[in-house]
Order: sequence, then structure tokens, then C-alpha cells
Amino acid sequence: MRITTTVNGTEHEVDDVWAGESLLYVLRERMGLPGSKNACEQGECGSCTVYLDGEPVCACLVAAGQAIGREVTTVEGLATEGELHPVQEAFVEAGAVQCGFCTPGLLVAAHDLLERVPDPSDLEIREALAGNLCRCTGYEKILDAVRLAAARQARP
Amino acid sequence: MREFRYERAADPAAAVALLAAAPDGAFLGGGTNLVDLMKLGVATPDVLVDVRELTSREVADLPDGGLRIGAGVPNADLAADRRVRERFPVLAQALLAGASGQLRNRATTGGNLLQRTRCGYFTDVTKPCNKRSPGSGCGALEGVHRNHAILGQTIAGSDDPATCVTTHPSDMAVAMVALDAVVRVLGPDGEREIPIAELHRLPGSDPSRDTTLRHGELVTAIDVPALGMPSRYRKVRDRASFAFALVSVAAALDVRDGVVRDVRLALGGVAHKPWRASAAEYVLRGMPATEASFAAAVESELEAATPLRDNAFKVPMARNVVVRTLLDLAGRDTERELA
Ligand SMILES: Cc1cc2nc3c(=O)[nH]c(=O)nc-3n(C[C@H](O)[C@H](O)[C@H](O)COP(=O)(O)OP(=O)(O)OC[C@H]3O[C@@H](n4cnc5c(N)ncnc54)[C@H](O)[C@@H]3O)c2cc1C
Ligand code: SF4
Ligand code: FES
Ligand code: FES
Repeated sequence: MRITTTVNGTEHEVDDVWAGESLLYVLRERMGLPGSKNACEQGECGSCTVYLDGEPVCACLVAAGQAIGREVTTVEGLATEGELHPVQEAFVEAGAVQCGFCTPGLLVAAHDLLERVPDPSDLEIREALAGNLCRCTGYEKILDAVRLAAARQARP
Repeated sequence: MREFRYERAADPAAAVALLAAAPDGAFLGGGTNLVDLMKLGVATPDVLVDVRELTSREVADLPDGGLRIGAGVPNADLAADRRVRERFPVLAQALLAGASGQLRNRATTGGNLLQRTRCGYFTDVTKPCNKRSPGSGCGALEGVHRNHAILGQTIAGSDDPATCVTTHPSDMAVAMVALDAVVRVLGPDGEREIPIAELHRLPGSDPSRDTTLRHGELVTAIDVPALGMPSRYRKVRDRASFAFALVSVAAALDVRDGVVRDVRLALGGVAHKPWRASAAEYVLRGMPATEASFAAAVESELEAATPLRDNAFKVPMARNVVVRTLLDLAGRDTERELA
């Protein structure tokens, strides 16, 4: 099967994709974009979160064929011209990263939240990130990072 | 994972024809359940017919004030629809109580309705499970079943081919059952409508079948008739978000002058299908809208409960959740809310 998908603004074409591959596998193993992580492969942890046609999804549960002709943005697509996105900067500054495995998924989820809700309440942050599990940080620093990014966004 | 073909069809009729020719094939919605089960080796279709973009993604108004929800409408979009939130809060709340944002973006209305059980023996191909592998027995009956059913199970011994004690996992379907939704289906023999209460089944003597759908029948839409009373969904789970229900309730209540004129009640997390609490509804109509009536009604429903070794806690939990939810609704005046 041939997969043609626009990823981070660039059209990618991959041949000989087996139908049983997930979008996550295609991104990581065929397109050389290992930013999105594979952990549970079951939709439980959110470490594989990418935008598919503008909406965050778990790439591990998207069958490769379902990505044909669609637009994907991965964590690699958040930074522009070598400049980290403010959400990424906030994660670094707040110390929201330990082992880093959950980070790419959290960045996409947090990025999406702040696009939709510029000034989220703590409850809104918690609910928006409920699909992203982190085994290291205890979440407090992650909440700090999202609050920081939101505040910066309000006063650039 | 078994080898399979991935197909997109030109229109719903073509999708139905494709599957009619493929006895081992399956429709694919968002894939959040089916792709998972394929990775686990639990589902082994040889053809996947992708219907996510094929069935309607529209929520349309029906003349009576109800809504026709296309099977392809993503769970997130349905929960955000203003008409759903205003007219059927129970449905919006049930959707938002399910899964995570990422999954709700991807999951479809049709797929949500037909998602399979989360029983750990069903999803583990090395374990006995009558639902996955008919005749192999039921691992859950004597095993881990804290989150299994308390009503309507088939309990005939671990080795009996009829035994199944699991629950249906969908939150949305519980709300749909309380709302008397009608499922519109296109099959090889044409269209038919299935009242949602007749869609999901109890295990009976054949736990392998979750629903009364026949192979190759495509869910095209779900009609939700006008409700005309306040409603809400309440879900109890092991953590505050992103967990399946231990017990949930979808309720609507019409109280005038302190008397229950009408009530709808459905329970999740308690049975192989969303459980319409008809006995409780019957007892409640015409009764004063008080805590005592609510308790008596739900207790009459739960008299039939047959809890397992480790899930008897669900009986008082269901009772309390129902009473609390009805009390919340009774505190609101129907006429004022609908004015
Ligand atoms: C980690 C996790 C947590 C979750 N938590 C919850 C929760 O708390 N509450 C809850 O309710 N759900 C929960 N879910 C389940 C989720 O809601 C379902 O996976 C989802 O709704 C299924 O929709 P889908 O479109 O992805 O279905 P798919 O996976 O595409 O399909 C599911 C089934 O429906 C069939 N099908 C799909 N569309 C049609 C159609 N139009 N006509 C006929 N057959 C069709 C498929 O063949 C398949 O058998 C969770 C899922 C995960 C992975
Ligand atoms: S409860 Fe049902 S699904 Fe679970 S192991 Fe028993 S037969 Fe299988
Ligand atoms: S790897 Fe996709 S959700 Fe965990
Ligand atoms: S930083 Fe290690 S899982 Fe989150």
C-alpha cells in the first residue's frame, strides 16, 4: 500500500506499507520522525499524540490507510525555524520533563488546549491532559508549564 | 496481527456490498477499539472497510425537535454540539465522561455504540473467554471480576459455554438508551430501524454476540427523539477522569407540583448491555418526587441483582448514584427549564 500524507507541511510518500501498520509506526519507522513515542500502543497513555487534520489523536490507533491524503502535525512540527514553540519553552523552564517519554504527547495536547482555551482553569488543564500519562513528574510541573505558557501567551 | 486488506468504498451501499462479500471482514470507524483489538489478536478481520468518512458527519434537526446523528460524527463534535448540550445534556455529559480528548476526536458515534467489552479475559488471547472463543469457558466468573456485571449475567459455571458476566463499556450508549434512540441501519437487504433497547443483548446462551446486528449491517445514523425534560449523566469510576465506569446512570426527570410525571433511567457498568431500569421507572411515575420514592424505585430494580464474589459493592453504589442523580434533577423545575 502506498501512503501519501502531508506531515508538518511537507508531503511524504511511502511505498510498501503493510495495512497493519499504525500511523505512529509509519511516522517513526518510515518517515524518520521519532518524536511521537510508542509506549502502550493501546490509546491509554497519549505519548503518541499527533494532530490529524487539526485534531489531536492517538496515532497508535490510527490504521495507516486512514492517514492517506490527510494532514498530520507531529511534535517536530511545533517549533518553527529552530525556535521552540512557547509551550515547549515553558516545559523546559518549568522542569516539566524528566525521562521525557511522555513529553512529545503532552506538548501536542497542551498546544491544542491553549489554541482552543487561551486561559484555561486548572480543572480544564487537568481534563485536557487526562489522556496523557506521566510516570515521572507527578504532573505538578506539567501544570506549571501549561500555566506559564498560557500567561506568556496572554502577555507576549 | 492477521494480514488484511484496507478498503475505502464510494458510498454506504458499496461498503455494505464489500462486507457482504467478506464474511470475516469488518467496518472501521475511528479504529480506537478495533485497531486495538486487532493488535491484541482478539479481532482478526481479513478486510477492513473504512466508513469513518463515508457515513454522515452531520447532526441534523428532526421535525419533532429531535436530532439525527450521523454514524460518522466524532464523539468530540457530538459532545460540543450546542443542540445536544441544550436539549440532551445527558448525552453530552456521557460522551465527555468517556475516554480522553484524543480518543473522542477520533471515535465515531457508530463505533462507540458497537465497541466491545473491556473484560481482561476477552482481551487476552491466552485466557478462556466464551465471548472471544465460544466454548472456551469464562475466566472472569471465578477470576478478576471486580468491575463486571451485577444484572442479567449468564452464570452457569466457569466451563459452561453460556457463561458471561461482563459489562458493556460505552457511556454514550447508556444515555442513548435513556433517550429511546433509534438506530438506523443499512444492510444487504436494505434499511431498517432498531430501537436502541433492542440493539444490545444480554449474553443469554450465546455470549459471542454483543448485539442483534447481522454481519454486514452498517449503522448509518442514530435518531434521538425530543425529550422535554431535564436530564443528566453521572459516572463513578476509580479515578476522576479517563477510566471506565464502575457504575453510571443516565436519567431524565419530569416533576410537576412535586409529583413525578415522567422519568427515564438507564444504568451503565452493571450489565452486558446498557440497562434500562424499567421497573424503577414504573414504580416512580405518579409518586412524590422525594428521596424515599427514589430509593424505593431503584431498590425495586436492584432486587434482581446477582452480584459476583468481588463486585457486590456495585449494588449500593448503583442505588446511591441513582438517588443522588434523581434528587439533583428534582431540584429543578421542568417548566422553568424548558421555558
Ligand atoms: C484507553 C481507552 C479508554 C476508553 N475509555 C472509555 C470510556 O471511559 N467510556 C467509553 O464509553 N468509551 C471509552 N473508550 C472506548 C471508545 O469510546 C471507543 O473505542 C470508541 O467510541 C469506538 O469508536 P470508533 O469509531 O473508534 O470504533 P471502531 O474501533 O472503528 O469500531 C468499533 C466497532 O464498531 C464497528 N463499527 C464502527 N463503525 C460502524 C458502523 N458505522 N456500522 C457498523 N459497525 C461499525 C467496528 O467494526 C468495530 O467492531 C475508551 C477507549 C480507549 C482506547
Ligand atoms: S465475562 Fe464474558 S467477556 Fe469476560 S471472560 Fe467471561 S465470557 Fe469472556
Ligand atoms: S502509545 Fe498511543 S496512547 Fe500510548
Ligand atoms: S517525564 Fe517520564 S513519563 Fe513523563
